[in-house]
Amino acid sequence: MKILVCISHVPDTTSKINFTDNNTKFDTSGVQFVINPNDEFGLTRAMWFKEKQGATVDVINVGGPETEPTLRKALAIGADSAIRVNTPAIDGFQVAKQLAKVAKDGEYDLIIAGRESLDYNGGMVPGMLAALLNANFVNTCIGLEVEGEKATAIREIDGGKETLTTSFPLVIGTQKGLVEESDLRIPNMRGIMQARKKPLNVVEPIETTTPTSIEIFEKPAPRGAIKLIDADNLDELINLLHNEAKVI
Amino acid sequence: MSVLVYTESEEGKFKKASLEVASYAKEVAKILQTTVTAVTFNTKDASELKNYGVDKVLNITNEKLGNFNAEAYADVLKQAAEKEGSKVVILSQSANSKYVAPLLAVHLNAGYASNVVGLPESNDPFTVKRSAFTNKAFSHTKINTDIKIIGLSNNSFGLKENQGNATAEEFGPTLSEADFSVKVINVDKAKDKVTIADADIVVSGGRGLKGPENWGMVEDLADTLGAALACSKPVSDMGWRPHSEHVGQTGKPVASNLYIAIGISGAIQHLAGVNASKVKVVINNDPEAPFFKAADYGVVGDAFEIVPKLTEKLKEFKAKNA
Repeated sequence: MKILVCISHVPDTTSKINFTDNNTKFDTSGVQFVINPNDEFGLTRAMWFKEKQGATVDVINVGGPETEPTLRKALAIGADSAIRVNTPAIDGFQVAKQLAKVAKDGEYDLIIAGRESLDYNGGMVPGMLAALLNANFVNTCIGLEVEGEKATAIREIDGGKETLTTSFPLVIGTQKGLVEESDLRIPNMRGIMQARKKPLNVVEPIETTTPTSIEIFEKPAPRGAIKLIDADNLDELINLLHNEAKVI
Repeated sequence: MSVLVYTESEEGKFKKASLEVASYAKEVAKILQTTVTAVTFNTKDASELKNYGVDKVLNITNEKLGNFNAEAYADVLKQAAEKEGSKVVILSQSANSKYVAPLLAVHLNAGYASNVVGLPESNDPFTVKRSAFTNKAFSHTKINTDIKIIGLSNNSFGLKENQGNATAEEFGPTLSEADFSVKVINVDKAKDKVTIADADIVVSGGRGLKGPENWGMVEDLADTLGAALACSKPVSDMGWRPHSEHVGQTGKPVASNLYIAIGISGAIQHLAGVNASKVKVVINNDPEAPFFKAADYGVVGDAFEIVPKLTEKLKEFKAKNA
């Protein structure tokens, strides 16, 4: 089985968010970048398929040279090779088009992508990638078993989960729950050393449209001060929630 | 040229998010000077949509579409959009809508803006405000294509009454075998339990509760308020509560009207995930907890005393106001 894992290079969860260039660009100064958490669950599952079912695992990112350390981390976790499509990520469709070209040329059976990235929260790349490839698609995937060309997946739905059967080629949108948090792979010294020798190929992008574009960013308005209520005066809390906030 | 809106229903009932997207669709239709067509699946009675400005309802009655199926539903919505000549298609951000929207976008060659939090700010260029960086910022996004898809953030617009006819029409799109290559073989869903996505009120517990055995009072409070239960990341990582309750940056988003956080310090990642909720109440015995700088109301004190008392008083309050 040939697996392609899509990796997003995102600011870590504790990052302060600021903008530069008249609020048209995300300010990367002082920001630590990591593998998108939703992608990590997918990458760990891919490692399981590699170790237990002999799959090959390649990782891919659409971005400039600044994303290569993140791809190296994925190689250190155990991927066989990395591909960077040399163009900035502009919108979900443009990214999906670049990924689809590589996925199609590489004849991958299973393509894993985090269902949503921490930065732009688009949540659209896995689905668009599947549609462009004419592949089967399972979103919010919290379980996946593969036998030959057939797959059984578990999808998280509002209030529960569904079990689905399908076949390759398959794209899954991964998230927390696909593997246990405690089972997430982290790079060890050996992995990091080996990663240096693994191939990281840079390919040029294909021509594509960009259906959406961000014109400007905005920070949320500062919030008002908190109203503290005495623990002995819970009636006042209920009063405020009912009459002032009108939420009960 | 009507505005098309996908109004999900469950067991014949429209979800609150469906009424919200219908309300939003009506306001967009007013801007574009056109009408609203809603698409429903296997829904016998869509008359409730009359109150939210829907002019026409295209209902698809098909056993094969009884279970949600993203590929098939995307094909149906595509054909409905083509039939109506729609330039704008609106969906909610429910799990199913988020599953179908990207497929639909590719099929219609449409630009898709997700996490939209307001009406289009201008028509030409077509610009919408969206949340980004998990509610730490907003972006103003231009959609450059002829057909535009909007994914409306949960509880960002509210319900708005407008009178419409909701004239029902049966719609029979052509489906192929390829639409059904992902098959549902089992659905495991708690009935009669309000989900975090649909709840008006969410009651959430954190490490301050010291152990899973102390959750009884959290559940009582949630029951009294008809609220959904949630928890912080450490609590779900430690197995005290199920993964499905984890809310925060890497868990589920909360966009309810009221969020009550018990024994949760309010780390940035947690706040990011719950920031879209309208009113936040914090109960924590540490006055330095960061959450006190990010909430609307707070009570400093011992949750083990405060929560049961609050539940009692809420029961009295509800009895009085029944």
